Amino acid sequence: MAHAPEPDLASGDPGDERPRWDNKAQYLLSCIGFAVGLGNIWRFPYLCQTYGGGAFLIPYVIALIFEGIPLFHVELAIGQRLRKGSIGVWTAVSPYLSGLGLGCVMLSSLVSLYYNTILAWVLWYFLNSFQHPLPWSSCPPDLNRTGFVEECQGSSAVSYFWYRQTLNITADINDSGSIQWRLLICLAACWAVVYMCVIRGVETTGKAIYFTASFPYLVLTIFLIRGLTLPGATKGLSYLFTPNMQILQNPRVWLDAATQIFFSLSLAFGGHIAFASYNSPRNILSLINEFDFPEQSISRDDYPAVLVHLTATQPRRVARLPLKACHLEDFLDKTASGPGLAFIVFTEAVLHMPGAPGWAVLFFGMLFTLGLSSMFGNMEAIITPLLDNGVLPRWVPKEALTGLVCLACFLCATCFTLQSGNYWLEIFDNFAAPLNLLIFAFLEVVGVVYVYGMKRFCDDIAWMTGRRPGPYWRLTWRVVSPLLLLTIFVAYVTLLARKPLSYRAWNPQYELFPSRQEKLYPGWVRAACVLLSLLPVLWVPMAALAQLLTRWKRTWRDRDVRPDTNTR
Amino acid sequence: MLWLLFFLVTAIHAELCQPGAENAFKVRLSIRTALGDKAYAWDTNEEYLFKAMVAFSMRKVPNREATEISHVLLCNVTQRVSFWFVVTDPSKNHTLPAVEVQLAIRMNRNRINNAFSLNDQTLEFLKIPSTLAPPTDPSVPIWIIIFGVIFCIVIVAITLLILSGIRQRRRKNKEPSEVDDAEDKCENMITIENGIPCDPLDMKGGHINDAFMTEDERLTPL
Repeated sequence: MAHAPEPDLASGDPGDERPRWDNKAQYLLSCIGFAVGLGNIWRFPYLCQTYGGGAFLIPYVIALIFEGIPLFHVELAIGQRLRKGSIGVWTAVSPYLSGLGLGCVMLSSLVSLYYNTILAWVLWYFLNSFQHPLPWSSCPPDLNRTGFVEECQGSSAVSYFWYRQTLNITADINDSGSIQWRLLICLAACWAVVYMCVIRGVETTGKAIYFTASFPYLVLTIFLIRGLTLPGATKGLSYLFTPNMQILQNPRVWLDAATQIFFSLSLAFGGHIAFASYNSPRNILSLINEFDFPEQSISRDDYPAVLVHLTATQPRRVARLPLKACHLEDFLDKTASGPGLAFIVFTEAVLHMPGAPGWAVLFFGMLFTLGLSSMFGNMEAIITPLLDNGVLPRWVPKEALTGLVCLACFLCATCFTLQSGNYWLEIFDNFAAPLNLLIFAFLEVVGVVYVYGMKRFCDDIAWMTGRRPGPYWRLTWRVVSPLLLLTIFVAYVTLLARKPLSYRAWNPQYELFPSRQEKLYPGWVRAACVLLSLLPVLWVPMAALAQLLTRWKRTWRDRDVRPDTNTR
Repeated sequence: MLWLLFFLVTAIHAELCQPGAENAFKVRLSIRTALGDKAYAWDTNEEYLFKAMVAFSMRKVPNREATEISHVLLCNVTQRVSFWFVVTDPSKNHTLPAVEVQLAIRMNRNRINNAFSLNDQTLEFLKIPSTLAPPTDPSVPIWIIIFGVIFCIVIVAITLLILSGIRQRRRKNKEPSEVDDAEDKCENMITIENGIPCDPLDMKGGHINDAFMTEDERLTPL
């Protein structure tokens, strides 16, 4: 027979050539790879630290138990039972819910557009890590070579490399600028890599996932060992995990814990830590230069006494000096998340490690594989329903379909390589994903439990795994998860409505440069935000309406036919 | 009389070279930071060398070829080691403009640094910015090379995958016509519980029903 060997799951449809995973390990790795993405690496530690260290784990675990795991289980089970992509599944559950599948496809395509752009950035940094010294280690000299470029001098070499030499960002979202060809070719390469891995669907992703899902954990372990051996590691760890229970009273914590369960990259650029700008050797040097003491005459131990003496005898001269105190907490309190963590803080940190190019290569390679495995899930969510619904005629090979999808996504994503692309990416991340995900998750749970029927669903699970789901599952599916999702949605919308939509721009002409300038979104951008948040969700009522109309048309037609038969 | 003149001359010299005077520059050396154990002591001989280097730099400026070592005045030498210097004109009454001195020092900075085995950071001329080294850009940036390698590999892999997919489909198209009918028959007969494959039934070709015993076997053999 031409079929591949069947695993334990029996086929529901005869003659079904649905591709399947080679073994359970592939399936497991794929799920892990899709679930664990960039957001886990660079958002969770930031949340943990901002919201009181170890105490944050409490709302997180609660949200996980009552929201994350039940939802995950529902999605996996219903997909496995009905063996269709998202559109097929929801049409099978109820024709009125077919819009849910369509909305999911639209959402996945919006997400993959900007997710792969982030991977293009990571690829750019990865390519630039193969040189010593690293290109972000020093500022370039200015035109007459008397000093460094002004923008770089005002901020830092790593910020300059990120904002100017990578993004070449404009100061305003209205000013689109030109396409950055460097980012464009990196984006093309990223989409080519995604195409290579997704080309034949599960067949090829199944092989690629072995590497892309396990490599990040290997690198993270290496970094963990490296970090633990650095001086001050225990101080940093204890600071991170010391629980600050008062913070739990802030409702924002619970909201962020719940939304972190969903994927959120949170591209809000946290402030970056300025390393090694101020330390006591610099203070000592300032003193020596100002008062013309002999070289190396003040040691670190003498410094406090000398400073006190000088402040007493010549206070005015001492006050003019830029002496900064160095407190560990100041550094530890300055947290960063999102690209700010990866491209600014970490690149700065890597400069101080021996063998910097090697660490940079490892780190960005890890980020790339992490994001790639999440991209597989996104692409599968788009391609599988398209294949199932026969959008293209049968004779078109699957490779052509995936190629077309990748090409279309690449062309749409070129708008992110404009100079203002970064601002647009933030908009996509903040508006396209969270609201829609919440609504879809709610509809999924309600759809499966109340429309498909809890009894039928439990029977299916018993048939697939041999065991009926216990009371924990039934309770969470029926009551807790929908309620929780509803509250989160309401809280999220209220928070969103309360503050005006604004963004932080990188403007070298700003007085408080290098701080980012807070600007409001212009009207047309705000309209775009609303469109992004509503577009995927609109499919649900539209499809339901379309279904209703076809039903009515059919009943009208039947009513016209019946009078003829009755009169006989 | 002569003593009076001598005092007058040194007084004028003192006025010309003062901390913060017009056209005066402060110099700061960090010899111990640069050389560690091999640090030399700063004495009048080193000062003489410094004056010589400054005079040498000034002589390279057009119109100032007549500058002598005695025209360079040092003052306020501290333990740091730091001092101020000015360059006077041949009449020793005026100091040369700061712009000219700045230009001359910048052009010959490297030679001055080497004379003292120091560099731009350890021999500082305050208010005279040093010229930074030009960025060493290789003709082809490294990242383009690596990008080219990765992209080529990916394109080759995609082509191979597409070609193998086409080949697989061609092979499948050759056989399916014979297997198709048999498959349809098999699918109709397979139920979920039994899962009896069609193959054994098909390959036997005949209609031997193994459930029944043959004539020969009904009777036990003799």
